[in-house]
Amino acid sequence: MAGTSGRFTTVIKAKINKLLDKAEDPGETLDYSYQKQLESLQGVKKGIADVVTAKKRLQMQTSKLEQSVVKLDTQARQAMGQGNEELARMALERKNVAQSELQGLDSQVTELEAQQQKLIESEQKLRTKIESFRTKKEVIKAQYNAAEAQVRISEAATGVGEEMADVGLAMQRAVDKTENMRARADAVGELEAAGTFDDITALGDGQDDIDRQLHQLSSKSAVDDDLAKMRAELGQGTPPPAAPQIEKGEGAA
Amino acid sequence: MIVRIMSEGQYRLEESEHAKLDELDDVVVARVEAGDQAGYTTAFSELLSFVRDTGQPLGPDDLEGSDFMLPPADLSFEEAGNEFTGEGLIPDPPA
Repeated sequence: MAGTSGRFTTVIKAKINKLLDKAEDPGETLDYSYQKQLESLQGVKKGIADVVTAKKRLQMQTSKLEQSVVKLDTQARQAMGQGNEELARMALERKNVAQSELQGLDSQVTELEAQQQKLIESEQKLRTKIESFRTKKEVIKAQYNAAEAQVRISEAATGVGEEMADVGLAMQRAVDKTENMRARADAVGELEAAGTFDDITALGDGQDDIDRQLHQLSSKSAVDDDLAKMRAELGQGTPPPAAPQIEKGEGAA
Repeated sequence: MIVRIMSEGQYRLEESEHAKLDELDDVVVARVEAGDQAGYTTAFSELLSFVRDTGQPLGPDDLEGSDFMLPPADLSFEEAGNEFTGEGLIPDPPA
């Protein structure tokens, strides 16, 4: 009775059939199959490298975001210390955004780690199967007549073909997941580029508006402190508004 | 019979386990068709556990093809919709 096989099974069977249909005589089938197997193994290696690259990229984004969280927290405290609640709120809001992004990235990095591990195991398994096929290939060549060989090759090639197709599907799934993550990492990258999550150590062009406002605040308060000190030295009492300072300056000239 | 769990490996099961396997497979289909995600998760993991617990894993150098193939353990509920329909992945055992 014909079972309705799922998508995965269908894909695997189609791949095996394609592999077996290609060649006609046993010798050719053997060589073609083995060639395909080696190519497939290379593909798996490349797939693993891609996953590692994607993971590294996400890890970089993660450490940037971690710095941002620390920075924004410091900024919020500074702003509160200056009595600027509005600025403190802005910094804390950004900190929250960064934190929730961070959580998402963390779980994605963990997932990629698992994918990578699985692919490495798959690659080793496939390598073993291909090696086994290579051995069997020599036996088939030496011991069987063409008709028998064809049957045995089909059996052996089905075994390896199935493994190859399985690894292929696993890779495809890993790549799909990686692409989703890449899109997300790019979105975070854009936030950074917009100045939301600048590095606190970059005080030159890297300053964002919170930095600048805080800088202005601290300069302003430093000026105020200096003025207060000067007033005390000069024996003046309560500081007058700004305008009298100009009169005083004019008077001294 | 040989059953492959994708991304995992192949297991050799006694022919007599076919009926039980088919039964577990049908439960997954029913849960998927009912839109019961939590039920699907339980049923699918029971199906895979049955294969792992009852079957003998094939050696890595074994070149036998599988009689049945089951999707990987991390199959999402959405993906399951493409896999577990109608008779499921395990057809009824021969009468």
